[in-house]
Amino acid sequence: MVDLVTNDEPRDNLFLVALKSPSFVIGLVLTLMFSIGAVVSFFWTPFDVAVLDILNRLKCPPAQNWVASLQIPSAENNWFASWACQSAPEYLFGTDHFGRDMFSMILVGARTSIAVAFIAVGIGIGVGVPLGLAAAAKTGSIIDELIMRSNDLVLAFPALLIAILITAVYGASATNAIIAIGIFNIPVFARLTRGAALSLWTREFVLAARVAGKGPVLISIEHILPNIMNLLIVQSTIQFSLGILAEAGLSYVGLGVQPPIPSWGRMLADAQTMISFAPHMALLPGIAIILTVLGLNLMGDGLRDVFDPKLRRSRT
Amino acid sequence: MRKPSYLALVGTALLLATSLTPAMAAQTDITVGMVLEPPNLDPTAGAAAAIDEVVYANVFEGLTRFNSSGEVIPALAQSWDISEDGLVYTFNLPSGVTFHDGTTFDAEDVKFSLDRARAEDSTNAKKNIFEGIDTVEALDANTVRITLTKPDGLFLFQMAKGDAVIVAPESAADNATNPIGTGPFKFDDWVQGDRVELSKYEGYWGNPVALEQVTFEFIADPTAAFAAMMAEDVDTFPNFPAPETLAQLDADPRFSVVVGATEGETILSTNNANPPLDDVRVREAIAHAIDRQAIIDGAMFGYGTPIGTHFNPSNPNYIDLTGQSDYDPDKSRALLAEAGITDLTLRLKLPPPSYARRGGEVIAAQLRAVGIETEVTNVEWAQWLDEVYKQRDYDLTIVSHTEPFDIGIYVRDDYYFNYSSDEMVAIMNELNDTTDPAARTLLIHKAQQHIADEYVNGYLFQLAKTGVANSKINGLWENSPTQANDMTGVSWSD
Repeated sequence: MVDLVTNDEPRDNLFLVALKSPSFVIGLVLTLMFSIGAVVSFFWTPFDVAVLDILNRLKCPPAQNWVASLQIPSAENNWFASWACQSAPEYLFGTDHFGRDMFSMILVGARTSIAVAFIAVGIGIGVGVPLGLAAAAKTGSIIDELIMRSNDLVLAFPALLIAILITAVYGASATNAIIAIGIFNIPVFARLTRGAALSLWTREFVLAARVAGKGPVLISIEHILPNIMNLLIVQSTIQFSLGILAEAGLSYVGLGVQPPIPSWGRMLADAQTMISFAPHMALLPGIAIILTVLGLNLMGDGLRDVFDPKLRRSRT
Repeated sequence: MRKPSYLALVGTALLLATSLTPAMAAQTDITVGMVLEPPNLDPTAGAAAAIDEVVYANVFEGLTRFNSSGEVIPALAQSWDISEDGLVYTFNLPSGVTFHDGTTFDAEDVKFSLDRARAEDSTNAKKNIFEGIDTVEALDANTVRITLTKPDGLFLFQMAKGDAVIVAPESAADNATNPIGTGPFKFDDWVQGDRVELSKYEGYWGNPVALEQVTFEFIADPTAAFAAMMAEDVDTFPNFPAPETLAQLDADPRFSVVVGATEGETILSTNNANPPLDDVRVREAIAHAIDRQAIIDGAMFGYGTPIGTHFNPSNPNYIDLTGQSDYDPDKSRALLAEAGITDLTLRLKLPPPSYARRGGEVIAAQLRAVGIETEVTNVEWAQWLDEVYKQRDYDLTIVSHTEPFDIGIYVRDDYYFNYSSDEMVAIMNELNDTTDPAARTLLIHKAQQHIADEYVNGYLFQLAKTGVANSKINGLWENSPTQANDMTGVSWSD
């Protein structure tokens, strides 16, 4: 228990260790799938999502027709006959009410979700971690109290409420959604950093650094931060998935990304009244959100297992 | 054994209750769904269509009124005489009419209402319709004489508007929250953000109404409106906000869907004062960039009639000018090049209705195709009224102008289009002074042609009235010739 996490095992083996965990692998695959989709959408999508093709609206995925044509040998009636719909082979995921290709929309939507969540987590880390380090370095002081109590204040407000507040004052836009989600991330990282840093401040190697004459800023950067990095990485993946959910939620109620930029949340909102005759419009973005969030959470869990020596020992 | 017998008892009671229902008399209460909540309930002190949609013909009556086909018919004035020169109108009023607070209605109330509406300090949203009145005299309790300064062919039409309803001096000040009129329904309660309740006024002077209770429920969200309809929480939705679900509702035997016409010219309102929109070539370029049918199909699921000017296609005086602003992206690009426009970005502000939000997405894509970028902002109604209508801080917006014969807004210099044209003012002034029907028709054509030539706004389509109702309801309006949900002729069949 005395040894440090980083000394426990050489770093380059961590990834290989993680790959032994099935949940991490599933999470990684899902996350990579959507990340690659998002990157690809910058260069290529099957159709241009900015172009509306009203004539080809509400085409269902060909798979739905395939199901409709299934014949169950023992059954008298074709069970799925009512699933029959208009589809076109070039629209793999069907089209929406404006005739935009759903597959392209999902790809570009992934880009939107990932961009918003990524920047929001960046804000959380960029502001929250220094605050947490400062609070831990000056524990018990007025600075500590000030930082942590303002944290409590922000945490007391639900993220959506902050978002509504910001968008009500400054108008709905992607930028404001990012700021709102980012603000929500700050106390999470500040709290985590302070808690982890506090326990490190009592350790011998920090004491040694202090004896050597290093100031609190230098100790925080050189000794504390590297030792809490793994915690931050795990928390980032969790916050990243929460960010994607928050973006979808804000866009769903119309406070997030504005049209014509595709967003999974707004695709869901658009699909709402059409669910009875175009279920694919709601199902596809819904599944995309679920898989991305699930992937990030599984990956976060897997990473925590790897980084946390206690958990790893109990497993082996 | 005790528990099952108790259950059986409940079951029997339920069975009895359900089997009894058909034997009871036809339902006499109705819940009407509306998208927008009125800001107040005084039609003489507000411009919002939602006010008339609650109180017109139900709570308040004017001298004349519109019927379901848009004709002007007698209301509180049972008959009238017009002098040879068209200047003096003598209205005969019925006796035995009372306001809902019990006070009697007579000619003095007419004089009070009209004098109040045209007074200096009047808050009437359409003060201009009373401008032609010179004097209002109460000859006796049942006769009122109105003298005009000049003949006005539209006078009886103007008096049928919600802005010209008759109010009582005793209650006029509180009509915004406690409307008191002479109509067949009296105001009961207004739960802000939820509903307005009316009930039958027993002392009504005219034909008795079949309904005892009328509740107007305000449901802005199309999804919630659809859910409320499916759950039968509302009995009818005269202007159903989710056109995409109409096919499904129509297939359901519980409901009937009636698609009619409204007075709603849905237009891409343009801020004519903001450069480069002050250049007619740019406005024409926008007009040619728009594919109306794509908007009607994409935003309204096919419900709507293309228009080429600010006029109702079901009006006999309408001229079809859609060809003048047909979908021609090449011409649009050429016009933009001619005007020397590159890198144009316009702000498109969209109010909540689906015709605006979805139509806006379609238009944004169509404009992008000719090289005009748009910055789309979705706004709530209060925001729209403030930013767009009052402050005119916008470039483009989409809105439906639902008043009958509202081409006159093009000569209002305080209007949010920021459009002014001496030629248009001359046409409309001449129209106001003309009573000969043939000459009027020509002038109305001229006015339509003028605003189409000037490409003042992008003329999109005439809003369809997509009414959904429980199939047992009779007497609802099929079309919407004015902003109203007239409940006076509505009844349930059992």
